[in-house]
Amino acid sequence: MNKFIVSPSPHAYTDESVPKLMYGVIISLLPALAVSVFFFGIGMIVVTTVSIVSCILFEYLIQKYMMKVKPTHLDGSALLTGMLLAFCLPTNIPFWIVMIGALAAVGIGKMTFGGLGNNIFNPALVGRVFLFISFPVAMTSWPEVGQWMNYTDAVTGATPLGLMKEGLATQTVAEIMPQVPSFLHMLMGKTMGSAGEVSALALLLGMCYLLYRKIISWHIPITILATVAVFSGILWLANPDRFADPLFHLLSGGLMLGAIYMATDYVTSPMSHKGMIIYGVGIGVVTVLIRVFGAYPEGVQFAILIFNGFTPLINKFVKPKRFGKEVKHV
Amino acid sequence: MSLKTFSRGGVHPPEHKLSAGNKIIELPPPEVAVIPVAQHLGAPSKVLVNRGDQVKVGQLIAESAGFVSTNIHSSVSGKVLKVDQFMDSSGYRRLAVQIQVEGDQWLDTIDRSDDLVRNSVLPAEDIRKKILEAGIVGLGGATFPSHVKLMVPQGKTAEYLLINGVECEPYLTADHSLMMERSEELLSGIQLLMKGLGVEKAILGIENNKPDAIKKMQQVVQGSSVTVQGLKVKYPQGGEKQLVKALLKREVPSGGLPIDVGVVVFNVGTALATYEAVMKNRPLIDRVVTVTGKSLEKPSNFLVRIGTPVSYLIEQAGGLPENTAKVINGGPMMGKALSTIDIPVVKGSSGILLINETEARRKEVKPCIRCTKCVTVCPMGLEPYLLMTLSEKSLFERMEPEKVMDCIECGSCSYTCPSSRPLLDYIRLGKGEVGKIMRASLAV
Repeated sequence: MNKFIVSPSPHAYTDESVPKLMYGVIISLLPALAVSVFFFGIGMIVVTTVSIVSCILFEYLIQKYMMKVKPTHLDGSALLTGMLLAFCLPTNIPFWIVMIGALAAVGIGKMTFGGLGNNIFNPALVGRVFLFISFPVAMTSWPEVGQWMNYTDAVTGATPLGLMKEGLATQTVAEIMPQVPSFLHMLMGKTMGSAGEVSALALLLGMCYLLYRKIISWHIPITILATVAVFSGILWLANPDRFADPLFHLLSGGLMLGAIYMATDYVTSPMSHKGMIIYGVGIGVVTVLIRVFGAYPEGVQFAILIFNGFTPLINKFVKPKRFGKEVKHV
Repeated sequence: MSLKTFSRGGVHPPEHKLSAGNKIIELPPPEVAVIPVAQHLGAPSKVLVNRGDQVKVGQLIAESAGFVSTNIHSSVSGKVLKVDQFMDSSGYRRLAVQIQVEGDQWLDTIDRSDDLVRNSVLPAEDIRKKILEAGIVGLGGATFPSHVKLMVPQGKTAEYLLINGVECEPYLTADHSLMMERSEELLSGIQLLMKGLGVEKAILGIENNKPDAIKKMQQVVQGSSVTVQGLKVKYPQGGEKQLVKALLKREVPSGGLPIDVGVVVFNVGTALATYEAVMKNRPLIDRVVTVTGKSLEKPSNFLVRIGTPVSYLIEQAGGLPENTAKVINGGPMMGKALSTIDIPVVKGSSGILLINETEARRKEVKPCIRCTKCVTVCPMGLEPYLLMTLSEKSLFERMEPEKVMDCIECGSCSYTCPSSRPLLDYIRLGKGEVGKIMRASLAV
């Protein structure tokens, strides 16, 4: 007599898997990577490679020798963390700092909580903020674009957000704007900034791919971008001398990278669409508040980490719309 | 024609309708038939025959044992070998009547001709009585006795009859073939159900992966008060609540029934059985079963007598392939895995699906990455990832407020999980435990 497998339904499964999703995100980052290599040359290649290799290596070592579990370093999540960490670092940063950042990202950000799926905060951002606090000088000097062969010896300058922050102490927005790159250059990525965040266009292209593959839903990135546009727009309308216009806010700094890639991290963002919208609005508001009224020129990484912390609460109180709860009587 | 669908959740698994378009083949009766007396939801029927009795096709062999119960008729003619416990599709041994088939003698009262009988002068009450007598149950798989659904409870009114021709399960094509080959009779059956229910409006919902069936039924229903509505392909559209939502935009309340929003839903197979019962005096003794699978030689739609062994069906479809690892009674999403093929076809068997070794293995379970896919696809608006965690940690009392009892067990969450987590397995466990707690609190 034949022996059959007996198991409960369903008996069919999707082809989707965690590595496929992770590599999907990685593919969507390639345009931004290409743009950055084009503008920052060898520095971008070194920083990205060191970051990816260190993240994978640290994940393997921690899982194998400290947690004593089967290593999952090749499931794509460590690679993605490494790539995202590199994307928010200046390309002239010494490689050993990148390695410390990778250790903070994977070790503190991810593995202390039990590994993939359990972390509260986005690992790449944990790494970035760790470095930002530990090495403030190295983390806030960005190389000028077009120095392909220069790595740590590249000539540095200020980012558009930095120029704006410093300039506003003595000048009006109208006087500062000629010093910052044109919006077209900021869209293309010909501007100073961290490795992968310079080109809004390349990142938006990546977002389209993510939405097409249904790896992320529109709720988080669009809500963040819309909130930043609306909030900074209100300030700008109130006083155009003191506050930069919404387009400047949308195209500058790490907003695109943050909204599309950091805030949408599965593990650390809310589970319901309603929750995602609350989360997105919160991140947008806090980003603008830090940029405009805070001590730092850029605030998106802090805003995301703050709302990562709110995610469990949001999940607890914001539930999806249950079927049959609101009954329409005939 | 614009296509409708339900609004929340849903998945679209590969359809694999291998037997689509294959004509219904009527199989001769088997040598020995085993007819269980518990083929429906509700109380098992009371056996009326004894060992050694001679029975004819259509003869009542077990009678309804309560309001939610139904009659069972012999599907073959011959001698009763045994009234004993036999394994059925549930995997348990349960009471059944085993009959040695001798010839094929039918009761004289049954009209076996193919002539279409259109107009019925029977009053609604008689239609309901005939449905009760013929032992008709929901043939979509739930096997709820049909006469019960036709009794609208006091204080409720039925406004619409919805006919389920969705067949959203991959692989299955039994309903599709019925709509293509028995369309006129089907329409007549729908009209009888409308009369029995006392409604003026009926909608037949068909998914758009069966454009030929939509076209055919649209031609047939012309001039009647039945409309045909094409639906966007999305699983689980054949779920009662999802179908009501898709066709009428009405939401059956949590814990309620379609009648709470003025609707009664029947499957196309049930409508056809109604036609045969009322117009042809023919009780429910056979049904169309899809026998399918990627490795099967001849995926087919068979018209088979109730009580025919599943092994006989597989034999007729080209025999059991070597690499069969799983046999499913029903479709891949909600069907039950069988431990043996020596069990009989019952009223609720819509298909037999053979799954080969490579498809049958479950993938390794990985940690939840909170990708929200299970929440997005849940048609009931639940949070499967949370329910699984609560169930794993035995926090059953927290599952009830999270509406676990609303789960329709469609399996969309387990299907879609990229980490291959057994979401529905744990949710079922939780449902069972919550049910126990609820019953215990009622008993106090």
